[in-house]
Amino acid sequence: MLNAKLKLNTKIFDKNIEQIPIRQGFGEGLLEAGTKNIKVIGLCADLTESTKMNLFSEEFPNRFIQMGVAEQNMASVASGLAAMGKIPFISSYAMFSPGRNWEQIRTTICYNDRPVKIAGSHAGISVGPDGGTHQAIEDIAITRVIPRMIVISPCDSIEAKKATEASVDTGTPVYIRLAREKTPVMTTEATPFEIGKAQIYWQSVKPQVGIIATGALLYKALEAAKKLKEDGIDVDVMNLSTIKPLDEKALIALAKETGRIVTVEEHQIYGGMGSAVAECLAKNYPVPIEFIGVDDQFGQSGTPEELIEHYGMGTKSIIKAVNKILKR
Amino acid sequence: MELTDEKIVELKEKANNIRISIIDVLEDAGSGHTAGPLGMADIFTVLFFHTLVHNPKKPDWSERDRLVLSNGHICPVLYTSMAYAGYFPIEELRTLRKFGSRLQGHPHRDFLPALETSSGPLGSGLSQAVGIALSDKIDHGLTSKRHIYALLSDGELECGQTWEAAMLAGKEKLHNLTAVVDRNNIQIDGYTENVMPLESVSDKWRAWNWHVIEIDGHNMEEIADAFETARAIFEKPTVIIAHTIPGKGVKEFEHDYRWHGKPPNKKEEIMALNELRTLGGKIRSEHE
Repeated sequence: MLNAKLKLNTKIFDKNIEQIPIRQGFGEGLLEAGTKNIKVIGLCADLTESTKMNLFSEEFPNRFIQMGVAEQNMASVASGLAAMGKIPFISSYAMFSPGRNWEQIRTTICYNDRPVKIAGSHAGISVGPDGGTHQAIEDIAITRVIPRMIVISPCDSIEAKKATEASVDTGTPVYIRLAREKTPVMTTEATPFEIGKAQIYWQSVKPQVGIIATGALLYKALEAAKKLKEDGIDVDVMNLSTIKPLDEKALIALAKETGRIVTVEEHQIYGGMGSAVAECLAKNYPVPIEFIGVDDQFGQSGTPEELIEHYGMGTKSIIKAVNKILKR
Repeated sequence: MELTDEKIVELKEKANNIRISIIDVLEDAGSGHTAGPLGMADIFTVLFFHTLVHNPKKPDWSERDRLVLSNGHICPVLYTSMAYAGYFPIEELRTLRKFGSRLQGHPHRDFLPALETSSGPLGSGLSQAVGIALSDKIDHGLTSKRHIYALLSDGELECGQTWEAAMLAGKEKLHNLTAVVDRNNIQIDGYTENVMPLESVSDKWRAWNWHVIEIDGHNMEEIADAFETARAIFEKPTVIIAHTIPGKGVKEFEHDYRWHGKPPNKKEEIMALNELRTLGGKIRSEHE
């Protein structure tokens, strides 16, 4: 059942659960951060409203820089601002930042040790109708591989707001992964959040499988856990919103308790969150793992639901993976 | 501040010594770039010993001017200028490119915090300088006294990002920013106009709303005057297109693109040092 200690939304499984885009939380978090800290600067590459940076730019026009469609310049300009003590947030679609400007992020931000925060919106396949060019499903892999980078993939708008505010003070580069679509709001203002800390959202007395999810798909994992329980299968569901640094202690504890892991992410299986989990467990406590994600393919146009189903990341696919791993 | 005749002589001597050190440390290192550092020695000399507002004993002094070297591969001239200015001991130059050295093959702030940026991959230095200048403008508006210098190669004008940065600087009218383009006409694969024609360089910058000054990059007075003018231009950023001779100071290296990315061997070092120490045979070398 839902972990009561975390004060999650009690209406999680209601049909009319409130749905808000994760990026909205980023916009609100940045506005809050900008209000509290004069060093916070916003930069956007011609997607101010789409990334919800408009909430900040309208309030603080003097601390907002419109970059035009120039993501590489945006990353390095932000590095220069950070060199002068600013705390810059750069925003675009994840496909272009950290996609197009990866080397600038790697060299001028991370290698240069500048605490720039990168907000990549429209990540994942649920971007939908825009099609494969705009569906960033490689961004976790390319950001988590860079030294110094913190990688956060919030599960809903409230967690995104907390992650955005928390990233201000890390003193490091941070990548915040955001999604376009409306997402069920699973957490509440009272739900604890800490960078680097994983949490068990669905708890069983004797879990047979540990499901580890990141981002909006956490909701599908919770739905799967509920259905599995009705079928007599007990699982735990972990929200792994910080993909780097990994909460190794929590991962190892879950592996020890369940002996079987299913990872769930809206990202390529290669190099993503599941790979990070596998790296940790292979070294510390090897157990069988099933990986839910995109299997070495590009996306295409469709509704978010159609695409999640097509690429095998929906509730049914998670249940199937749990049943499969129980037979391993 | 205008250059006196005495000061010009002093700067010329300093530049020659810097070139001698560059040859010396590159031969020791056994790898690295020769042509660019020799070509930019005069401009670095004017910057470090005349123009820059800085304090080598307090490299993190917040009011200092900022110098961003975009084409990190010419770092032998940056390191040598810094050492001569007193940022670190001149003897340390011998550690260039060696394991554990603060003087990495391309500049890295982790190892040498006095550097403004880590650099190497071409095309991103101007953007960082623009970010620094923007920060200054956000804090101080038009009253900013600090100046930001971005040193670029001509080859990296082939990088799209350079023009993204130029466009933004022009839009933001960053009067506190001066870029210097080392127009030496060479890059790794050959002469720039064969690899990728860049002319008209000055028209390109003008189109992005920059004030353009073209100079002889080996004439101390022209260099110092250009920096002086750049500080006086209030409406827009300034770019100084410095026509330089790659490999300047050693006739055998000059204008030859093959010296872009290799160091002198022992024999070439002896020849080059002799030439520099005799000012091209004009005076007798004490080492003869």
